[in-house]
Amino acid sequence: MVEARRFPIGEPILEVKNISLRFGGVRAITDTSFNVFRHEIRAIIGPNGAGKSSLLNCINGIYKPQEGTIALNGEVLDKISPNIVARKGLSRTFQNLALFKRMSVLDNILVGRKLHMSANFLSVALRLPEAVREERENRAKCEEIVEFLEISHIRDTPVGRLPYGLQKKVELGRALATEADILLLDEPMAGMNVEEKRDMCRFILKVNDEFGTTMVLIEHDMGVVMDISDNVVVLDYGKVIGDGPPDEVRADRAVIDAYLGVAHD
Amino acid sequence: MNTNVVFMGYTRSDLTNLVVVLALALLVIPLTVESDYWYASILIPWLCLALAAVGQQIVMGYAGQLALGAAGFMAAGAFACFNLILRVPYMPFPVALALSGLIAAAFGVLFGLPSLRVRGIYLMVATLASQFFIVWMIDKFGWFKNYDTSGIITAQDIVIFGKTFTTPLEMYLVVVVVVAVLTIFAVNMTRGSTGRSWMAVRDMDIAAESMGISLLRTKLQAFAISAFFCGVAGALFAFTYLKSLEPVAFDIKLSFKILFMVILGGLGTISGAFIGAAFILLFPVVLNSLGNNVFHGAIDATIISAAEQVVFGVLIIVFMIYEPLGMAKLWENVKQRFNFKRAPTAALSKTQAT
Amino acid sequence: MTDFLFFIEVVVAGLLAGTMYSLVALGFVLIYKASSTFNFAQGAMVFFAVLAFVGFMELGLPFVAAFFVTIVLMGLVGFFTERLVLKPLMNQSEDTLLMATIGLGFVLEGLAQAAWGVEVRRLDLGIGDFPIPWIIDSTGLFISALDLTAGLVAAVLIIGLALLFKYTKMGLGLRAVADDAGAASSIGIPLGNIMLLVWTAAGIVALVAGMMWGARAGVQFALVDLALKALPVLIIGGFSSIPGAIVGGLIIGASEKVLEVYVGPFFGGGIEGWAPYVLAIFFLLRRPEGLFGEKIIRRV
Repeated sequence: MVEARRFPIGEPILEVKNISLRFGGVRAITDTSFNVFRHEIRAIIGPNGAGKSSLLNCINGIYKPQEGTIALNGEVLDKISPNIVARKGLSRTFQNLALFKRMSVLDNILVGRKLHMSANFLSVALRLPEAVREERENRAKCEEIVEFLEISHIRDTPVGRLPYGLQKKVELGRALATEADILLLDEPMAGMNVEEKRDMCRFILKVNDEFGTTMVLIEHDMGVVMDISDNVVVLDYGKVIGDGPPDEVRADRAVIDAYLGVAHD
Repeated sequence: MNTNVVFMGYTRSDLTNLVVVLALALLVIPLTVESDYWYASILIPWLCLALAAVGQQIVMGYAGQLALGAAGFMAAGAFACFNLILRVPYMPFPVALALSGLIAAAFGVLFGLPSLRVRGIYLMVATLASQFFIVWMIDKFGWFKNYDTSGIITAQDIVIFGKTFTTPLEMYLVVVVVVAVLTIFAVNMTRGSTGRSWMAVRDMDIAAESMGISLLRTKLQAFAISAFFCGVAGALFAFTYLKSLEPVAFDIKLSFKILFMVILGGLGTISGAFIGAAFILLFPVVLNSLGNNVFHGAIDATIISAAEQVVFGVLIIVFMIYEPLGMAKLWENVKQRFNFKRAPTAALSKTQAT
Repeated sequence: MTDFLFFIEVVVAGLLAGTMYSLVALGFVLIYKASSTFNFAQGAMVFFAVLAFVGFMELGLPFVAAFFVTIVLMGLVGFFTERLVLKPLMNQSEDTLLMATIGLGFVLEGLAQAAWGVEVRRLDLGIGDFPIPWIIDSTGLFISALDLTAGLVAAVLIIGLALLFKYTKMGLGLRAVADDAGAASSIGIPLGNIMLLVWTAAGIVALVAGMMWGARAGVQFALVDLALKALPVLIIGGFSSIPGAIVGGLIIGASEKVLEVYVGPFFGGGIEGWAPYVLAIFFLLRRPEGLFGEKIIRRV
């Protein structure tokens, strides 16, 4: 990222303030706060069980944290549920793949266009002109995404039959189709080989560069994290132990301890 | 795929299929089939039950909600139609039919509410409540049966634009037109954004919600539309096949039958509803005529009906183990193999069937 | 005062009838615990078992012999179900398994009717369905001898099974299997034996429930619909809890009788046909995991 960015990093788009989440007696997240800035690529790292996925699930409204607030585009989200958060311009992928298994690749991605399609069931049933037009336009959009992700050859295959790496791509495609302002990617490169990872990085950078989409990603591959992210949040035991540019975080004592050896029990 | 679209989002092969099926249903069959038995005892009940199965398919095969109470909604539709024609002066039959569907849909929403909290067998038990409640309600409140004490009420004549439809062939034509129109609507919905939302909820509800789909709206919509189809099917079933109205005709056994049609026919396909209905309906007929003609009545009728149950049960288990997508999928596989031999490229470029 | 006595009578009759639901629900819970399968066929098993029992009696077997032969038969049914239905469906979704057991129910109903016919059989257990004189004399309550016997037998059976599963090695094995079948079999717990035991136990409770119901209303197909009411019982009690099945059955039994007697007349009666289901819906909306079930946290 040497040349000037088309979308320079701006004001906070997502503000996580003092979030605490418990499952019964188990504390998953404790008093966690950080900001994500508009147009940046933000990585969340931390050892297994540090609460990274739980954090994404809180932001996206799947889990309801007992304490704390989450603000998106400056607006505090109360009574959040995943579909309301989606309407406010946030989309995501899941750690363990949450695709619509029996639907084709293209149909999966088309579901991502849901919020851009307003025809009600009656006009769909009757194939009224507006419904037909809307379907055609959104299909075309999804075809573009399919082409962009280089998965045209499998566009009509039910995703359940695809290998893992391709499914990950489809899930990214579905998230992209939403044209959300901010994307949460939960381990988008898990289980991929070096080449696939490189492809995935390329897609993420390209989307960020072309559309200015803010990205929050959880990733274990440090090389990838250091390469593509603008800022890094480090979680350990549900607490933030580091927040800043990759180089700073890498040098941080607490972070090194968490990763390299200070015994965890 | 897009390049093949020729009209209103339909591909050339869609339109060919449509024309062939309609020609068969509206021209070939009426011109060649003369036996009243075929219309009154095979084609009419098949189409009516297939329509109900389409309703069951929508809620179960597409939206993934394990509902068991189709017959309850059919009863609601049937008795709504009876009362609308009875009590509203000049009520035209097609309007009464549509309103019956809407009344059934209202019940569908009400009894679909538990789906917001529970799934699987829990939902099945909750929807059983609708089955038992609706049939009980119709049975217990004399108003619904126009205070008829005999228990069986004769259905009114079907009058459309001053013409009375009485012969089996005429009734068949009424049924075909209604079923064809509603089936086209169903196909349109399942192929469009409406159906995608249903399937998304079915396959992975949390991801669907994260894409902006409201589970509440989508599930209740599926329940409503499903019950609408069942309601219309119930009214048609009563008016053209039974020609009478009695609550016991819509008992839990009928709900199970419709469930089986959908499971055996193939979950998540509209054609599966028709295939399944044909099988469930025809198999006993075949078994009976086997009993009569081959074994000359040597086999007890009880044994035959018991055998029918065993076969249905075994088939369900076998399909669950080997082909959970049912007969429609088997048929698809056969077609695919046939196509492949004829023209390898055709099979490869084949788009997902609905 | 007599009103109150009558109310007590209604509740007691309901509770005693409820023990039957408890029994059917118990069979369901046993199989659910052992193989994580909602065995929709439990109702059909009630019908199958008692019809087989009556059939064996008609063949001339004495009561006790017919009872044990039927139990062996139910064990076999379980064995084949495990082998032919559940094993091939391992790792399939719950809904798929549920549908397969619906199929199984149809198979059992069909087989029973093919083997033993459809006419309603009388089953005479030698216990009359009339009020017990000494209870009337001492308390003024009219309680049927059959109801009381059924309730007692059910209670003994339930307690026996509960003890068996709590204190024997087999029971420990069952609980291990319920927790994690793979891990249990890897440490040498004989999975096959446990399954056979569980299915046999489910067969016994099915048979006893069928006999009690059959003695009152005749052995007939309607038993299947009656047994369907074990489903709302399970929803109230929770699918994996033996105490839940018992309490759920008692709640359903008592409340449906009370509702039928006190509310039913306003609607022309017959509300016990659906009241349990509506009751179950209310429970579902308040407490989907059931009274004794563990709260399910869905993780993503």
